[in-house]
Amino acid sequence: MNTHPGVIGRKLGMTQVFTSDGSVIPCTVVEARPVVVGKRTKEKDGYDALVLGLADRKDKHTKKPQAGMYKKASVSPKRWLKELRCTPEFAASFELGAEVKLDSVFEEGQHVDVQGTSRGRGFTGVMRRFNFAGQVQTHGTHEYKRHGGSIGTNMTPGRVLKGVGMPGQHGNAKVTVYSQRVVKVSADDSLLFVEGGIPGSKNSLVFVRGAVKRHGGKKKG
Amino acid sequence: MSMIHPKIEAFENSALRSDLPNFRVGDTIAVHYKIVEGDKLRTQVFKGTVIKRHRAGARSTFTVRKVSFSVGVERVFLLHSPRIEQIDVVSRGVVRRARLGYLRNLQGKAARIRDEKDV
Repeated sequence: MNTHPGVIGRKLGMTQVFTSDGSVIPCTVVEARPVVVGKRTKEKDGYDALVLGLADRKDKHTKKPQAGMYKKASVSPKRWLKELRCTPEFAASFELGAEVKLDSVFEEGQHVDVQGTSRGRGFTGVMRRFNFAGQVQTHGTHEYKRHGGSIGTNMTPGRVLKGVGMPGQHGNAKVTVYSQRVVKVSADDSLLFVEGGIPGSKNSLVFVRGAVKRHGGKKKG
Repeated sequence: MSMIHPKIEAFENSALRSDLPNFRVGDTIAVHYKIVEGDKLRTQVFKGTVIKRHRAGARSTFTVRKVSFSVGVERVFLLHSPRIEQIDVVSRGVVRRARLGYLRNLQGKAARIRDEKDV
């Protein structure tokens, strides 16, 4: 399991960053100013985790049991909560109610995995959803121009194979992009610059943590 | 078009260059551009006519066209790139278009642009 340090944040949009040698890196900017709302411990819950909260929620929209939890951590009610499975040492380095500063979690040059909800496209056909080619537009084609064509063979195997592309819901699913490089960490204004694109629309919630597939997912030192 | 987030805009604006001279489409300019050759850094001068300016904040670019050994050469530069050492405005031209794509179809005398001094 990935127990690398991470944060939840909001995707703000994309920009570009000039490196010292003048080349340009396309970046996605994530604003992350999460607060530790609660903790899970091995003794009590069977695993170690931090409960991170992001952005304020109105009191009138907060249910009373949750309000008690926020009161215990002496923070304002949060709009989003996310449990971050982590090592007990990492969990111990944060007080209840403390803000997670970006420079205590990430450093420039390391790699991260970013998880978000991709932009929903609704019920779409196979051309848009799976990049099928469709049919020829001429030579008498009618009512069949954007169809997928055949979905299999006849007697052998006598059924439709699993995974055959068909129309359906496209997008609005949890998507993870792996091993994106951290270009810049700006702890003062809580901005994280991640190379390349990340899933989701602007202002959507994203979950950034050290990369599982790369060395350097862990913050050095 | 979606709006740029104010925090991203503030970050971009912090890296804008203000040391470069003002130039317009039609001007002849010389761009001193740092290039890496192997492990050596040297400056190359690209002199030609500005045929396009793309004004987009930190991502602004401009296109310079010159005719080298009777072959047209165009280069797109990022205006705020740290690789641009300096820009010399050689002459100011008078044009009536914002984009000079028509120059690509013209050669020799026809491809000249009137100098501001001669008008």
